[in-house]
Amino acid sequence: MTDDTILSVSGLSKNFKAVKAVRDVSFSIRRGKTFGLVGESGSGKSTTARLVLRLIEPTSGSIRFRGRELANFSPAELRAERRHMQMIFQDPYGSLNPRMSVRETLIEPQLVHGIGTPAERIQTAELLLAEVSLPRAALDRHPHEFSGGQRQRIAIARALATNPELIVADEPVSALDVSVQAQVLNLMRDLQDRHRTTMLFISHDLRVVQFMCDEIAVMYLGEVVEQGPRDRIYYSAAHPYTQALLASATGKRDGKRARLKGEIPSAHAVPSGCAFRTRCPHAFERCALEKPAIRDLGLGQKAACHLLDGQAVS
Amino acid sequence: MLRYLLKRFLLILPTIFVPLIIVFLLLRLSPGDPAGMMLGDQATPEQIEALRTQLGLNEPIWVQFAIWLKGILTLDLGNSIFFREPVMEVIPRYVSVTVLLTIVALILAVAIGITMGLISAMHRNKPIDRGVVAMAVLGISLPEFWFALLLIFVFAVTLRWFPVAGYNPPSAGLIAFGATILLPAIALGVRQSALMTRMMRSSMLDVLNEPYITTARAQGLPERKVIGSYAMRTAAIPVVTVAGLAAGYMLGGAVAIEIIFALPGLGRMLVEAVSRRDYPLVEGGVLTISLILAVLNLVIDVIYAILDPRIRYQ
Amino acid sequence: MTVRTASDSTPTAQPASARELVLEVRDLSVSLRNADGLLPIVTDVSFSIAEGEAVALAGESGCGKSITASAIMGIAPDNAEISGTIILNGAAISGLPHRERRKLCGRHMGFIFQEPMTALHPTLTVGRQMTDTLRHNLGLSHAAATDRAAELLDRVGIPRAREILKGYVHELSGGMRQRVMIALAISCGPSLVIADEPTTALDVTIQAQVLDLLDEMRREFELAMLFITHDLELVGDFCDRAVVMYAGDVVERGRAADIVRSPAHPYARGLIDAMPRHGDQRARLTPIPGTVPPVGHWPQGCRFAPRCSRAGKKCTVRPPLAVHIRSDVRCWYPLKVGQ
Repeated sequence: MTDDTILSVSGLSKNFKAVKAVRDVSFSIRRGKTFGLVGESGSGKSTTARLVLRLIEPTSGSIRFRGRELANFSPAELRAERRHMQMIFQDPYGSLNPRMSVRETLIEPQLVHGIGTPAERIQTAELLLAEVSLPRAALDRHPHEFSGGQRQRIAIARALATNPELIVADEPVSALDVSVQAQVLNLMRDLQDRHRTTMLFISHDLRVVQFMCDEIAVMYLGEVVEQGPRDRIYYSAAHPYTQALLASATGKRDGKRARLKGEIPSAHAVPSGCAFRTRCPHAFERCALEKPAIRDLGLGQKAACHLLDGQAVS
Repeated sequence: MLRYLLKRFLLILPTIFVPLIIVFLLLRLSPGDPAGMMLGDQATPEQIEALRTQLGLNEPIWVQFAIWLKGILTLDLGNSIFFREPVMEVIPRYVSVTVLLTIVALILAVAIGITMGLISAMHRNKPIDRGVVAMAVLGISLPEFWFALLLIFVFAVTLRWFPVAGYNPPSAGLIAFGATILLPAIALGVRQSALMTRMMRSSMLDVLNEPYITTARAQGLPERKVIGSYAMRTAAIPVVTVAGLAAGYMLGGAVAIEIIFALPGLGRMLVEAVSRRDYPLVEGGVLTISLILAVLNLVIDVIYAILDPRIRYQ
Repeated sequence: MTVRTASDSTPTAQPASARELVLEVRDLSVSLRNADGLLPIVTDVSFSIAEGEAVALAGESGCGKSITASAIMGIAPDNAEISGTIILNGAAISGLPHRERRKLCGRHMGFIFQEPMTALHPTLTVGRQMTDTLRHNLGLSHAAATDRAAELLDRVGIPRAREILKGYVHELSGGMRQRVMIALAISCGPSLVIADEPTTALDVTIQAQVLDLLDEMRREFELAMLFITHDLELVGDFCDRAVVMYAGDVVERGRAADIVRSPAHPYARGLIDAMPRHGDQRARLTPIPGTVPPVGHWPQGCRFAPRCSRAGKKCTVRPPLAVHIRSDVRCWYPLKVGQ
């Protein structure tokens, strides 16, 4: 792990009683890059996001943030470390405190982490508002006076208030209309360029992920089935699930769409061997017996599938 | 379903025992000598001592508790000091009155409450709705004893339709029974019906906004079915809660009504027993009320499970 | 330059083939009456759908597509005032009294909602919900209705149909629930099905399955389908024709593939440009500046003008829906093909 790696997750697992929500997930993110976690219901992507921020405790595995193992932090140290990691949530209507004015919302993170003098905090709040293209008059207003897209901007401004190293964005634009989504996505890209913030971007929408992310990990039932640089995933996806996701999303009606059969299995009853085998059009006997190992396919791309045996690089 | 019922049944046991233990301790540990208080100033020390031995008050507390517990389990609750009869024979005479009163009052309250609430919800903001809501507010604000006296004054004293006070059991004939039970039931039921009207109204208004009601209408189902089957089924659940609370209240505490109408009910019996220091009867009364409330709660839980299948799986 | 106003006799307003028209909507306007007066929500919407055709009512939130659909279904809110003509299978239904309109639901028109979790009754069995509508609309006996319900569930790809009939909605996954909704919508053999964002709440791989199913149903039963959505990519893939709405107006109307590939109205163009698309190599998306004007605050003249890069002098007057090269457009300066 180089000094440039902001976040490194290894063997991360989380069980909620009988449900294995996250199973042996590993990835790392370099400074200034955007890493996308893509998946459908039950994929474990949102749980992974919360584990990374240590909002919930992992069952096992390591999370190294800024070079230090998060599990080794005392509660006080962890609280202090949180200024370097912030989150943007999906629901613009639930993630802002309705009783706090925008000014208070933007000042609070600074206050909590003891950043700056009161005058400086207000100044930062004003600067942040300008960065997200909201007028200064917004400072005195409350969340209910804003539209969904505007609230997300406020949430983004709040996330930037402590100048964090890492921002975790959990489906930040899923609840927004297309034209508003475009504005917010552009904004996030601009801010990231300007502040060199590292981002973990979670979404179910492959189109958005392709636009935003440098590297992508595809999750299914708690595991990473494929990961790699964006273009590799889009133009030469190796795992049947990734291929199906791409096909569903782009599919023309009369074209040959690789239609997945069946439903996503419940996380209570993960299929043996390869979890995807119950829906995979190419499944064969080995898939039920043996869990596929992650194979390195070169150029940074990795996938876990028995079909790739001949293609593995190492 | 069975597991759910079993769980609920097991929860009854602490509900019954905790009040009993509290009463047991309160009686034994309160200052003053119960035997002396029971026999009065004229008692000789020998008489007091004899009563103390008879009541087992000289034994260590845990022995007393063991004896007491044995008594409960064998349904031998001792003799009432005032009535000089077994407690097990005294209580049923009073319980039957309270139970009958509660049933009649509850039927009135539920019938009026659900009907009014339904009408109100379906004609929201129209004059009839406003009228019903105003009446409901009035009903909730009325002190029961004042309303009881008013009823007596109008219907018994002035119009002479009903007797002023007293009780005729059902064995004396339906008309005679009805004459003595109706006014108290109205006095008791009006306030509860007002509460139920409000609950039914707000619950129904919520449910009528739910998408599944729109679907039912979109299926072409007639409005009476949409309201009667589809809406009522979910809207009724909070009303069942209120009805249960009402029943609990009526069963355990309609003392004022019982006194005003001179009904020999359980509440009145208990109050008089306490003032007479008739400990066995007090304990018996508390046990009875606890039992009745516990059974009532179980019945309500069963109704919930019938109305809402999702609850059966908890 | 004379402007040919698009009426229902113009080519693009009607389907290409001479199939029977199931639904005709002419000059539909919906206003809501509240304490402050009459608030127009939707103005002069016209389109038609033939047997077996899928027409999209497309637009973002606040454009009026949902209330248009509920006006067609006859389940608009009580304070809605509706003008215009709605013709179903050749018979005018817009003038009918409320109760008669309701009778058409289920039997002649089916409805599929967005969120199947909340659109199906939580505490009645699936079977009960299906047999209720079958018995009421088709007069079947309980046994016959149950058989038909099992057949329908089977047809929409739900395994172990008889068991599912005895179960409840919360026991099913999102995709399953939506299949139940579809079965319910087509159960009484309607000629028109209105689907309100039927796949938005579903996972991507399940969306594809459900869309395939809708397609199958449409072909098999020659259903006319009105597809309400905000996803233009879906419109292009799935629908034959599209009606794009903005701020209560129809702004473009024509063949879906044409509109998505080469829209004439600047708003439609803007929507396409704002979407991140597969194979997109752009560093930035091209959002539409500004925001949708709230209902009641529509600008005079063209409602899109304040946000439009092509706005000109004429835009102070509301443009009519006019025939353009391949679609009907409500714009004084429509885009040409390939712009």
